[in-house]
Amino acid sequence: MIANSMTKVLSGIEMGNMISDAIPGSVLDSNETDVWIGKDDLLRVSRYLRDEKQTDFSFLTSITAIDYIEYFELVYHLLSMRRNSSLIIKSRCYGRDEELSMPSLVEVWKGADYQEREVWDLMGIRFVDHPNLKRILLWEGFDGHPLRKDYLGQDEVTEDYRE
Amino acid sequence: MSEIRTEPVTINLGPQHPSTHGVFRLRVTFDGEVVVDAEPVLGYLHRGSEKLAEGRTYVQCVTLTDRMDYLASMSNNLAYVSAIEKLAHIEVPERAQYIRVISVELQRIASHLMATGFLLNDLGALATPLMYCFRERERILDLFEMLCGARITLSYMRPGGVFQDAPEDFWPALDTFLRDMPGYIDELEGLITGNEIVLTRTRDVGILTDEMAINSSITGPMLRATGVEWDLRRANPYEIYESLDFDVPIGAIGDTFDRYLVRVQEMRESLRIIKQCVQRIPNGSVRTETPYFIRPPLGDVYSAIESPKGELGFYVVSDGGISPYRWHVRAPSFINLTVLRDMLIGWKMSDLIVIFGSIDIVLGEVDR
Amino acid sequence: MEIPLIGSLDFLSVQSLISSFFPDWMAYLIAGVLLSFMVINAMVISTALYTWFERRVIGRFHSRLGPNRWGPFGLFQPLADVVKLMTKEDTVPESADRMVFNVAPVILLTSTLLVVSVIPFGDNTFLGRLNVGAIFIIGITSVNTIAILAAGWASRNKYAMLGAMRGVAMLVSYEVPMALGITGVVLMVGSLSLYDIVLLQEIPFWIVQPMGFLVFMAAASAEMSRTPFDQIEAESELGAGYHTEYSGMKFAIFQLAEFMAPVVTAIVATVLFFGGDRGWDPVPGQIWFISKVFLIIFLLLWVRATWPRLRIDQIMAFAWKGLFLMSLINIFAVSLEIILLQDPVTGLLEPNDLWVMSAINWVITIATIACMVKIFGKRKWDRPMPKKSPLANMYAEGD
Repeated sequence: MIANSMTKVLSGIEMGNMISDAIPGSVLDSNETDVWIGKDDLLRVSRYLRDEKQTDFSFLTSITAIDYIEYFELVYHLLSMRRNSSLIIKSRCYGRDEELSMPSLVEVWKGADYQEREVWDLMGIRFVDHPNLKRILLWEGFDGHPLRKDYLGQDEVTEDYRE
Repeated sequence: MSEIRTEPVTINLGPQHPSTHGVFRLRVTFDGEVVVDAEPVLGYLHRGSEKLAEGRTYVQCVTLTDRMDYLASMSNNLAYVSAIEKLAHIEVPERAQYIRVISVELQRIASHLMATGFLLNDLGALATPLMYCFRERERILDLFEMLCGARITLSYMRPGGVFQDAPEDFWPALDTFLRDMPGYIDELEGLITGNEIVLTRTRDVGILTDEMAINSSITGPMLRATGVEWDLRRANPYEIYESLDFDVPIGAIGDTFDRYLVRVQEMRESLRIIKQCVQRIPNGSVRTETPYFIRPPLGDVYSAIESPKGELGFYVVSDGGISPYRWHVRAPSFINLTVLRDMLIGWKMSDLIVIFGSIDIVLGEVDR
Repeated sequence: MEIPLIGSLDFLSVQSLISSFFPDWMAYLIAGVLLSFMVINAMVISTALYTWFERRVIGRFHSRLGPNRWGPFGLFQPLADVVKLMTKEDTVPESADRMVFNVAPVILLTSTLLVVSVIPFGDNTFLGRLNVGAIFIIGITSVNTIAILAAGWASRNKYAMLGAMRGVAMLVSYEVPMALGITGVVLMVGSLSLYDIVLLQEIPFWIVQPMGFLVFMAAASAEMSRTPFDQIEAESELGAGYHTEYSGMKFAIFQLAEFMAPVVTAIVATVLFFGGDRGWDPVPGQIWFISKVFLIIFLLLWVRATWPRLRIDQIMAFAWKGLFLMSLINIFAVSLEIILLQDPVTGLLEPNDLWVMSAINWVITIATIACMVKIFGKRKWDRPMPKKSPLANMYAEGD
């Protein structure tokens, strides 16, 4: 059989309005594709998006962390399998020290478990209330977070070998 | 009557092990024969692909994608180049799309053959089904060699199409393959699906419910075996899948046997797809001209395809330069491992290997 | 018809031959040593040939060649393996129990070799006509349980211990059906002597007692830990089981014993169920014997190459629920038939009675297996139809 349909990418502006109606003050910004949520409301917004019948985002597709030098941005791609629609949620995290922290979404979507551990491992963002926040791809005792833009590697900057 | 005091024992299913499909470590705690706790330890194959990509041009990253899920290179390539094409608004000629779909479906058959063969190897069938599966996989790899000269790490696709057209003798070889393969799948199924011992070992073993699967972001045959009919080729079609006629097999309970059966049925559906593509493929160019250094406009894109292991997605952020600013892979094998611990607890030692084999992970993708 | 020399080679005749040159007690010793030397060599060489055979045949099952580099058709491969194993370092773990560790492989090999001493290869066996041959076999094969436990225990290794424990449980459980399978044959013959069993097989006993034959073959496969019962040395699971810590010649002895077991089992099955060296005349009895052994070995290999392995609790369930029941039914049926059919005066069975018995037994076998499949296996074959989960809908149109 050939019945097809595309996943509807929900408009960020409309979803932003809907979320800020339900949880006021959580939406910092929105444009056609993305919605920016404040980091303190992220857990409530996630639970709302998952449980609300109209949105029904039961599936977390992926979590990505990006290092824009002044801030870190976490991008969550959500998917509603029942309604075949998707949404992108972003959340910013300011600072560069080890005290970067974000709320953990493991209790909302269990699929966030390993992905948040990977973000901690490679980017250094701590997730509060994560059940098992240990390094996952690198070994315990590794120093530094390699995917950051200012990561220089484990050795000192090497001299030119011809000297 | 007082009980004998027993102690659970922790055993390391170490990185070097015949059954862990690569370098994967599992620290299992047993109480007698029953698994009480299981902790996967990953990262033995971590090569830092995401960081490496930030230093390469967009076209050079195609070779990085080959090495992730090294058993399904075509799918990795396709996921990545379709992300770049979305980001840079590059059109793909129709002939290229057909060749891509043929390659990806051939790759799906090869990957599922390996998954089935190794699952049966873990069950203990002294590598006999494995050898039969490999015999068929060799034919597919010969077809790939005709297409691009390599067998496993292919790097066949480029943003804008595929890098070279299929040679003249590819099509007759493909026709021979399509003619012989259904018979081989039937032979394989006849040996395995009705076998009493296979049924005893895999029925009702390692059951995963659909709610649990969706909450844990499981995709691919593992999700479909639980009864959730979700396939990206249908839900969010890419390339020419909209015009193709195929079914999406689902399982009944979500046990190991269902996962195996879904994979075998998917192989059959892939053969159907390839047949339709071969009939309809138009002539034309196979690659749009792109500049040597592709500089996509500012922005980000997430693009996913249905790889043999699940939903393989690429999230690429571009800053206008020749290299990606951020390159992230949504690796299905990595995320499918989320449920490993919950699926293993309560089962016996021999079931552990079987359940783990039925998830069908590739360590290159898990660790990137 | 017999090949004279081999047929008459038994202990007493050799001893009497030698005692013409030496005093009696010395002749006894020399004859014993000579015959043992011959037998052990013959068994070891046939085991070596069997390893070659197994690898080639399984290679053919896998649609590939087996070993084909060393010697014509790879015939020197066992020699190459032995040389490799001899040159390996012979390690003993530091915390292992040295004496038990060293002795365990020898126990295993000895118990497997000793079975051959009571087999009637021709007119006579090597040790003379032992009149309790069947019990001797059952008793001696029980000793390999001790060897496996000793190997696992002395290694002081978690994996080895795990493998040894499971091994002992499995081996002890499968001795019961094996003994009961032999009992069916013994009932019919009325004597424990293997020579008598061969003598009275006008019709080979696998035709007369198919269920007994199946039970014996299954139980013997488990005793040898061959697939589908090779859980205790499942290489694709936790390590290599009870012989994890062994290397070098000790490991070679384990492998020798493990590969000798199918040969020995085939020989025993030939004697008990296939008629030993009985056959039709122009071909000597020894050739018949070897062909039958060959056939049974091939059957065992066929099963090994085809089927996956069972889990340990499923193996135990199969022993106690499946084979035990079947062997009891077999003994019951055979006893009934003997009572009903035997000649009231002499207590013997005529060949015609044997045909009647086999007819009844085949019907009983097929009926029993069908019933057991229905009762124990029905659950597995029912597969519910896949139903779409309501949690996802690929064809939805979005919001």
